[in-house]
Amino acid sequence: MKTGFYPGCSMKGSAREYSESLLAVARVLGRELPEVPDWNCCGATAAHNLDHDLALALPARILAAAEKKGMDEVLVPCAACYSRLKVTRHELLEDEKLRQRISGLVEADYRGSAKVVNIIEWLAAVPDLEKLVKKPFQRKVACYYGCLLVRPAGIVEFDRPEEPQSMDLLMAKLGAKPIDWAFKTECCGAGFSVSRTDLVAKLSGLILEDAVSRGAEAVIVACPMCHLNLDLRRPNIEKRTGKKYDIPVIYITQVLGLAMGLPPKKLGLQRHKVAVKFAPAESPVPGVSAKRGA
Amino acid sequence: MARIGVFICHCGENISATVDVVKVVAEAARIPGVAHSVEYKYMCSDPGQQLVKNAIKEKNLTGVVVAACSPRMHEPTFRRACAEAGLNPFLCEMANIREHCSWVHEKGEATTQKALDIVRTLVAKVKKNKALEPIKVPVTKTALVLGGGIAGIQAALDIANSGHKVILVEKAPSIGGHMSQLSETFPTLDCSQCILTPRMVEVAQHANITLYSYSELESLDGFIGNFKARIRRKARGLDEKLCTGCGLCMQKCPTRKIPSEFDAGLGLRPAIYVPFPQAVPNKPVIDREHCTYYRTGKCRLCEKVCPTQAIRFGQEDEIVEAEVGAVVVATGFDIKHGDFFPEYGYGKHQDVIDGLQFERLASASGPTLGEIRRPSDGKVPETVVFIACAGSRDPAKGIEYCSKICCMYTAKHAMLYRHKVHHGKPYVFYMDIRAGGKMYEEFVRRAMEEDGVQYVRGRVSRVYERNGRLVVKGVDTLLGARPLEIEADLVVLATAGVANAGAEELAQKLHVSYDAHKFYAEAHPKLRPVETNTAGIFLAGACQAPKDIPESVAQASGAAAKVGALFSQSELVREPLIAVVDRQAPPVYSSCVGCFLCQSACPYQAIEKEEFRGRDGQVVKTVAKVNPGLCQGCGTCVAFCRTKSIDIQGFSHAQVHAEVLALLERGERDG
Repeated sequence: MKTGFYPGCSMKGSAREYSESLLAVARVLGRELPEVPDWNCCGATAAHNLDHDLALALPARILAAAEKKGMDEVLVPCAACYSRLKVTRHELLEDEKLRQRISGLVEADYRGSAKVVNIIEWLAAVPDLEKLVKKPFQRKVACYYGCLLVRPAGIVEFDRPEEPQSMDLLMAKLGAKPIDWAFKTECCGAGFSVSRTDLVAKLSGLILEDAVSRGAEAVIVACPMCHLNLDLRRPNIEKRTGKKYDIPVIYITQVLGLAMGLPPKKLGLQRHKVAVKFAPAESPVPGVSAKRGA
Repeated sequence: MARIGVFICHCGENISATVDVVKVVAEAARIPGVAHSVEYKYMCSDPGQQLVKNAIKEKNLTGVVVAACSPRMHEPTFRRACAEAGLNPFLCEMANIREHCSWVHEKGEATTQKALDIVRTLVAKVKKNKALEPIKVPVTKTALVLGGGIAGIQAALDIANSGHKVILVEKAPSIGGHMSQLSETFPTLDCSQCILTPRMVEVAQHANITLYSYSELESLDGFIGNFKARIRRKARGLDEKLCTGCGLCMQKCPTRKIPSEFDAGLGLRPAIYVPFPQAVPNKPVIDREHCTYYRTGKCRLCEKVCPTQAIRFGQEDEIVEAEVGAVVVATGFDIKHGDFFPEYGYGKHQDVIDGLQFERLASASGPTLGEIRRPSDGKVPETVVFIACAGSRDPAKGIEYCSKICCMYTAKHAMLYRHKVHHGKPYVFYMDIRAGGKMYEEFVRRAMEEDGVQYVRGRVSRVYERNGRLVVKGVDTLLGARPLEIEADLVVLATAGVANAGAEELAQKLHVSYDAHKFYAEAHPKLRPVETNTAGIFLAGACQAPKDIPESVAQASGAAAKVGALFSQSELVREPLIAVVDRQAPPVYSSCVGCFLCQSACPYQAIEKEEFRGRDGQVVKTVAKVNPGLCQGCGTCVAFCRTKSIDIQGFSHAQVHAEVLALLERGERDG
């Protein structure tokens, strides 16, 4: 099984720590994650609002490159990129004429041999993951899936769309106690992060409030956009609600890394806006805001 | 020398629009053996049939080919016409040039040639046809009714009242079905038990009805008029003849905390129990899974207290065999349970319940004696949200259909809640309100206008608990199309009506077909709604599709009328299109070598053994023999027979071979 890695733009920028922690745990797992050669933007939220062909051609070019390299699957950690790649694969395999036309546009015969997998699927397939746990992550966690990982159900065919469980199961393997909460698939505000911070503050605020009120000690995410809204936009949320939240937002790969006993710096935990105070148990990792305060 | 008549139908323009009928007539006339070839606009009409009859007499025909529609449509029509003209009906064949040709091809020479090919093959076949005589079978005038809900009760009573014997089999310890669980019924709000229990008693007392409660069908063999049913009477753990139904055993049973099926899990029952006080028969059963004695080997308290010594711990299931002429399947439905709605907190929050549970809360005989109290803490709920279409009409959940009864019972629930909790606030989330039926729309209006039920058009995305209350998150698509949150004390889901868990298994025992949702299939959706495709097996009630009480009762009476019509005949006539085994004069007797591969292949157990004895009485040969009563003419045995000793009458080797040759000849002609 040859797995390719599609980082997309955020893993190289705002979500560097997601990428760092992924590659750190992959090393421990003994998995190589070569990047898809000459990858390009997946089209994100922009392309499919403007041009259907463009929205399909951009991911098709990525997938065709992975196929050419003989990759059996492409790991797409960003939920938005995952959605674009998964939808494209689905649409092109359903419609032969469309597949031929888009193949022509990207000058490659896209066949669909490489599967598109998200981070939870990829980690869930690791056998005996619990045996690698050195420091169980004994915290109450709110597993936040967001909107794109499990939807649309008929296309992604991953977990239950309204009440997913896969991340909860993974967290339990690492020693965490996933809480039962109501906002695991609610919208965080997504791409409005830039244009409508008021909306993001409202929606992300509801998510944090529910997680905190049910006793969660951390929100676990698998999407750079969700992380950005829940972490970086924390001041906007606090301004709107008039409440202080110190609950950290941690990537699924960072939790795995901590449980494996990797040093927090290798997992990029210091890059968060909201400090991850409890990891590892004794020495707090200062976040950006904590640094400023010092 | 064969003298075949070919009759080609235009079927209005159904055939003549794409097939050159005149040409087919001319070409058919040239086929060797064809003595007569004509066309007509509607051959199935009275003058058309007359054309056939006259030709048989005038031209002295030995066989008839009607080139028209599918044999499923009009073969009986033309065979009857032939018989009336004195020709054996099995010397008449249909050449299907409509469904197999004119409807599926463009107009053109090739289409006409194909029609001609079809005619040719049937002419070749009919030359090999033999005169056959119909098979007559007796009718056992006893009906088997499966399921003792309202549909089964109605069907059993109607059949019994028309003077025939009925065996009613019910899986549960009591008859009554879902209707006995309901509090009131729409649209009249009359008490469900009050109208049902007299019928239940009538069943028990009817001289023509044998009731097997706590029993299930084990197997069904045979065919219309002549079924053999094996019924498993599950061990109740007591002698029914001795038991007086005094109930002392139930009072003394120490294992009392078993969720009651009748109360949809909201009430508790002991391990020896009757489901409800009005049960018919009023004899308890021992629930062996929970009974202390069966689990630990100790207790037997019920045995000690029973004044008539009726308890029988060692009792075993008993198999009863019965011969019946007809079967009415009225096995009912279930509603969707379990973790089907994780987003609605169903199965997670105690105060998210289903419609059947609300019925029990509202019922005077229910766990709260008719007071609306929520399961978690027994408080009277101030706000209740009813969610219609919980699962129904939701392709994402795999249930595309409308469960039909929920709009009405949800209106009834909201109304009953308001009648019992005057200050309460009922909300109904709905997609559309489907209130087609006598006084139905008026009933829903009444809920809205007189009882102040708030109807919100929109779907609910999630139900979750916050500070001890249930938050119902949805959208109002009419008033501003805004997201909406209602804090409720109780949420009632109108979950989808689905087929019973054992529906598929039963269908296979009965050889009846069912749809993708395991609902039993009627023979024709419009014109044969109470029959199945298996002759002699009829349908009633919600095992066919979700339906309400009036509809179930009407269908049950319909099924009973069909059974009555069947039982009005002293014997049934069947088509002789069955398998026969070769017979010859001694000393050969038959080409059959007695391998009995056919016996293992036959799905109807229709192959028997026949022994031939010499003059000294010794068996000289054992060969296969087909029971004409059981054989359905499927032909599986023919395919298995290694010596070509079995043939199907009407579709014999010689006939099919002649058909194939007729097609090949044309191939050779055209080079």
